[in-house]
Amino acid sequence: MSTVEAVEARSGARRGRRTRRLRATLAPYGLVLPGGLWLAIFFVAPMVAMLLLSLQTGNIISGFQQTLHVATYENVVRTYHTELVRSLVYGLIVSAVTIVLAYPMAYWIAFHGGSRKSTYLFLTLLPFFVSFLIRTLSWNFLLADNGLILGQLKSWGIVSQDFHVLATPFAVIAGLTYNFFPFMLLPLYVALERIDKSMVEAATDLYAGRTQRFLRIVLPLSIPGVFAGVLLVFVPASSDFINASILGGTNTTMIGNVIQTEYFTNNDYPSASALAFVLMAILLIGIFAYARALGTKDVLEASAG
Amino acid sequence: MLMSDDLEPTGIDPAIIRGLSARRVTRRSLLAGAGSLGAAALVSACGGVSGVSKKSKVSNGAVQSYWSKQHKTPGFVFASWPLYIDVNPHNRSDHPSLDRFTRMTGMKVKYEEVIQDDDSFIGKIEPILKVGQSTGYDLVILENGPLYIGRLMDAGWLVPLDHSKLPNFAKYAAAKVKNPSYDPGNKYTVAWQSGFTGIGYNPKLTGREITSFEDLFDPKFKGKVGMLADIMELPSFALNGMGYDSETATEADWKKARDKLMQQKNAGMVRKYYEQDYIQDLSRGNTWLSMAWSGDIFQANASGAKDLKFVIPKEGGNIWTDNLAIPKGAANAFDAITYMNYVYEPRAAAIMAEGINYITPVPSCRSYVRSDAAKAKGSARQTLEYIADNPLVFPTADEYAHTHHFPNLTSAQIPVWENMFEPIYQS
Repeated sequence: MSTVEAVEARSGARRGRRTRRLRATLAPYGLVLPGGLWLAIFFVAPMVAMLLLSLQTGNIISGFQQTLHVATYENVVRTYHTELVRSLVYGLIVSAVTIVLAYPMAYWIAFHGGSRKSTYLFLTLLPFFVSFLIRTLSWNFLLADNGLILGQLKSWGIVSQDFHVLATPFAVIAGLTYNFFPFMLLPLYVALERIDKSMVEAATDLYAGRTQRFLRIVLPLSIPGVFAGVLLVFVPASSDFINASILGGTNTTMIGNVIQTEYFTNNDYPSASALAFVLMAILLIGIFAYARALGTKDVLEASAG
Repeated sequence: MLMSDDLEPTGIDPAIIRGLSARRVTRRSLLAGAGSLGAAALVSACGGVSGVSKKSKVSNGAVQSYWSKQHKTPGFVFASWPLYIDVNPHNRSDHPSLDRFTRMTGMKVKYEEVIQDDDSFIGKIEPILKVGQSTGYDLVILENGPLYIGRLMDAGWLVPLDHSKLPNFAKYAAAKVKNPSYDPGNKYTVAWQSGFTGIGYNPKLTGREITSFEDLFDPKFKGKVGMLADIMELPSFALNGMGYDSETATEADWKKARDKLMQQKNAGMVRKYYEQDYIQDLSRGNTWLSMAWSGDIFQANASGAKDLKFVIPKEGGNIWTDNLAIPKGAANAFDAITYMNYVYEPRAAAIMAEGINYITPVPSCRSYVRSDAAKAKGSARQTLEYIADNPLVFPTADEYAHTHHFPNLTSAQIPVWENMFEPIYQS
């Protein structure tokens, strides 16, 4: 091989390596592109439109003008802070209650479900084959003040004549808990199911008792599931409006109901958009604070899992 | 034989159930709302479409020159609500009153039940009117109120009416629908049908007859009262109940009404502010008395909840009116106004009253209903007599005097009104 040929061969190899490296650099972008475009079109564009809308002034009759009227934000927060706080409190309560209810169940299915695991999971999801609207409406029917359940209890004298469940905060929170329960159960189950049983065995070999095994092995490893579950429950629960409007009463209005009314009934699009953004900001800040508290690593694992 | 054919041999004519049912419930419909993101919303969402033209002052000359150019066409397109006209019991898509109109005038009516609620229908036609095109409808039915038909009036999107073409209206229309506060001089609209907002109650639960607005504040009914979460109904009802006239009340009166409603809420009187589902809670006994639309209570009675009663508070209640109007760009305005005149002819009004059973705008059609009843036999006769004596079809002068329309708010007043009353039910 002549020197010339050798030089050419080397440079050819370098060129090939460079193309490969370029392709390797671009590949991830290519993979991200379709999803990224989808998000850009269907998520970012409406968001920008909403943001602009929230800064408009005017009314439905004489039309809306694009301005930079940030006072709308101040105004909606001042007017509706009660409903904002109430929604977040309901969301927190619902998250806590669903954890308490779903954790033991997910644990049992994951560790003791045996070959029927999927059957049990299917059973917990069975009610969700019926529209949640219909299910919530049927609670409205079942829990009527003198209906099937309360009417009977009242006739037996177990509860007082004045007792009612509907139109109370309890009814709304119970409805939310009922509707969002599987969103807690599933991620918890996935996290618990992933735990390597030999780790628990190793702990037993090292003389860890039941409590120690749970607190030091199972619980920490299931934290990503808790995080994902809270994310899936807290966010939609705090912005829900169906439960409050079907099961609620006078002082149970949530921020979702307010946004709904502002938009569809009052046609006050700027206020509705501003409220939606305020809610989103609060939820994002809340979630980041929560992620920090649980540790970023766990969170990443949660999102990866 | 339009009349007796209409009647079925069972107790109450289904037409009554159909007609008296509240077809207007979905206006504020919560669940429909999610899907009814109106075109208007989208238009305004797209970066500040600037305002529509302000209420155009229409000169008489312009009205006359417009109408002088309108001529008879083969027919017109009529946008209406479901179950809002008389039907032939043997063929639901056949409407005797419209057939009669076609026989008399040679004009065909394309009757389309396309309006489910005011908001979304207005939302649908607004963008079309905004760009000056024809909606494809020559006649529409929309409710009175600054947010409904008032919106189209203010924007100048309705054709001003030539009253020389409406002699029947001048002669036979009820005083209540002539020169209404929402359309002085009936410049753009004439009434189609009306209905009342009062108190629905179950005497077995309340233990007494309800007569007064003040009954909604009786501590004995704590937590058992239902109110409507409606930005026009709730405040107007309070104003009328407190002895003001909702049409003329001042801002100072509004404040008093707000305080009264707030006090009712803070005292725990109100179980819930209902969008439209109050009738379920009322018939299940969850509420004992509730603000209610007359038609709902009637339907509840007809479908089994016999205990429920309806009353217009002695201090006063609300009346709403659905109106006929011709949208700008209508191709067959002449036929449409001919029909407007037709519905005020007592014979035609009687056919419709027997089929629709809301408050007819033509009180004198009652004699036709009576004579139809005299000619009919058996249960058909009973039904027609029931309609003829029904104060919800033919209200007494007293009921008219005690009920008022929603105030005709200006666009500057609307936010004041909303800020005052919204916090009552938005909590």
